Amino acid sequence: MLDIKNLHVRVEGREILQGITLRVNAGEVHAIMGPNGSGKSTLAQVLAGREMYDVTGEVLYEGKDLLAMSPEERAVSGVFLAFQYPVEIPGVGNLYFLRTALNAVRKQRGLEELDAMDFLSLAKERMQLVEMDQSFMSRSVNEGFSGGEKKRNEIFQMAILEPRLAILDETDSGLDIDALRIVAAGVNALRAKDRAMVVITHYQRLLDYIVPDRVHVLANGRIVRSGDKDLALELEKHGYAAFEQHTAAPRAVGIAP
Amino acid sequence: MSGAANAFPQAISRLQAKTNGHHPGWLKGLRRAAFQWVSEQGFPTAKDEAWKYTRVAPILEIPFEPAEPDTSHRLSSGAIDQLAGDLGGTRLVFVNGYFAPGLSSLKSLPKGVKVRSLASVLAEDGDSLEPLLSRPFREQAHAFTALNAALAEDGAFVEIPPNTTIEEPIHLVFVSDTGATPHVSHPRSLVLAGAGSRATIVESYSGILGDVYLTNAVTEVVLDEGAAVEHYKVQNETETAFHVALLDVRQGRASRFKAHSVALGASIARHEVKVRLQAERAEITLNGLYMPRHEQHLDNPTTIEHAAPHCTSRELYKGVVDGRGRGVFDGRIVVRPGAMKTDASQTNKNLLLSESAQADTRPRLEIFADDVKCAHGAAVGQLDEQAIFYLRSRGIPEKAARGLLTYAFASEMLDLIRVEPLRCHVKKFVEWRLAAGGAEVAA
Repeated sequence: MLDIKNLHVRVEGREILQGITLRVNAGEVHAIMGPNGSGKSTLAQVLAGREMYDVTGEVLYEGKDLLAMSPEERAVSGVFLAFQYPVEIPGVGNLYFLRTALNAVRKQRGLEELDAMDFLSLAKERMQLVEMDQSFMSRSVNEGFSGGEKKRNEIFQMAILEPRLAILDETDSGLDIDALRIVAAGVNALRAKDRAMVVITHYQRLLDYIVPDRVHVLANGRIVRSGDKDLALELEKHGYAAFEQHTAAPRAVGIAP
Repeated sequence: MSGAANAFPQAISRLQAKTNGHHPGWLKGLRRAAFQWVSEQGFPTAKDEAWKYTRVAPILEIPFEPAEPDTSHRLSSGAIDQLAGDLGGTRLVFVNGYFAPGLSSLKSLPKGVKVRSLASVLAEDGDSLEPLLSRPFREQAHAFTALNAALAEDGAFVEIPPNTTIEEPIHLVFVSDTGATPHVSHPRSLVLAGAGSRATIVESYSGILGDVYLTNAVTEVVLDEGAAVEHYKVQNETETAFHVALLDVRQGRASRFKAHSVALGASIARHEVKVRLQAERAEITLNGLYMPRHEQHLDNPTTIEHAAPHCTSRELYKGVVDGRGRGVFDGRIVVRPGAMKTDASQTNKNLLLSESAQADTRPRLEIFADDVKCAHGAAVGQLDEQAIFYLRSRGIPEKAARGLLTYAFASEMLDLIRVEPLRCHVKKFVEWRLAAGGAEVAA
């Protein structure tokens, strides 16, 4: 489903990702763990199509060149990023926003557009998945939402859009244990054999709830180790320091003093 | 000045002989004095502080003829609905500045309420209007208010007796239908809100696509003690036209005035609002949205004068500037000596949609009293790239994402319009405009 080969990413002359190679098959959940500044979020943003990066290497999504696609093309063909920091958009209603998004995706899939009424019943059903209050629907996108509400809204959007490849960027950050449990239950409910997930996290805690098939450790822009779910436990015990030390590379390239 | 640059002043100088009709003596005197003023003082230049941002030269190059009462009757009531919206209540329509009874509808109004054409009031009982009609010219003359004083033939006259509430909005529609020859009209309106009265006034300005004309309007609103007036102005002139207007407001004790200005049309428009809070506990809210695009220049000078203690003013103007358009907000707040406990706040936000779009924002606070609260803030920015990415990452195409965010920025002002049919009407125009920029927009 997702095939990343030797991915290098620079921003403002700094090389954030220094050759990532990663293969994720349909039905699998991969966890990417790493310390702050290791490049985890950059990877997520690059996969979703953020245009501020200088990217080389190859990323195939279902055999297609993902890097050649615009963010909206990626979205309608089934790529979804749950943002670490969901953006507040005052004046744009959550419901309207999501129906517009869903209809863009449905159009791509050759399905009829949903009208407001059909969409509302779908939304009500999927909201239960993340125990979201219906009052959310009448508010502006993420505006005035608490950290936990924003993350739940991301998973709710994922439940509506039914992506084939979901990338969850630190979906656990800022969540208390109850919210974490709700979000994780939502994610688990969406696990499917034709859907792949990449779960990015700093902490092992999330992986108690969303049990991954594979775990990768990202440090200084490289995947330094891969393993099964037990790798996460090992990390929890020993921390990232050991990985960072023996992979330390010059981080600043071409920056004037 | 000579030649083309002086075409309009030369055209005006030929008018004087034509303009003395059946007016009362005082009005003839006022007109002469105003005319004299224009010939002596001339038109404002860039050196004129209040006209710093708006060059009038393009207006002066056009030899505008005085508008005539509409005799073609090309406009139907349905056309007026399309141009200005159908708000349901009493509607006075003025074509080229003259009252058009056939297009107007006078619904039954509470006892003592007068809604009629100014010309008819002047013809019957004009003398009582002398101090009112002469004031904007005498107190704050510039060439355009002076010209309005000298040449105005008609406009709306609204008088609401004390403690009277008018539920439905009173819609004043000014349409220009001038054809091939450039014309100028000088609508002059007067709204007198008696003590404790309540009313909503809507002024709509529009014209026929492709016509070149100048609307030079003066509207005066006087609120007696405890009166509450909501005022809307929708400037949707055709983009080949010019629009210069003054809304002059004076507020008595504990009166409340809320003004909403929406500026969409005209090649050059300058809509000035002047408010004088002249007795304690008066409250003013000024809201404005201006959306210049192409080569449009939309200037919004406002002056709020706190002349008495314990008055409150709230001001929020937003600009959405596209193409090579230029939007101007020049917000002056004056707190006179003794106006303590003044509470004033002013906000201006601008969204630039193109590289060549320009926004000027100038807050001017002149405070001569102690113990006052005056807050102001101004911002000029572009669409939030993170928000665009967020929408795109959900499958919404870039153009639609930009349109959605732009609409969201503007819609805060549209949602403040409390007259529902007017809000729908204005939203429709704003949506069309954003759609013309290539965006699909929220319904």
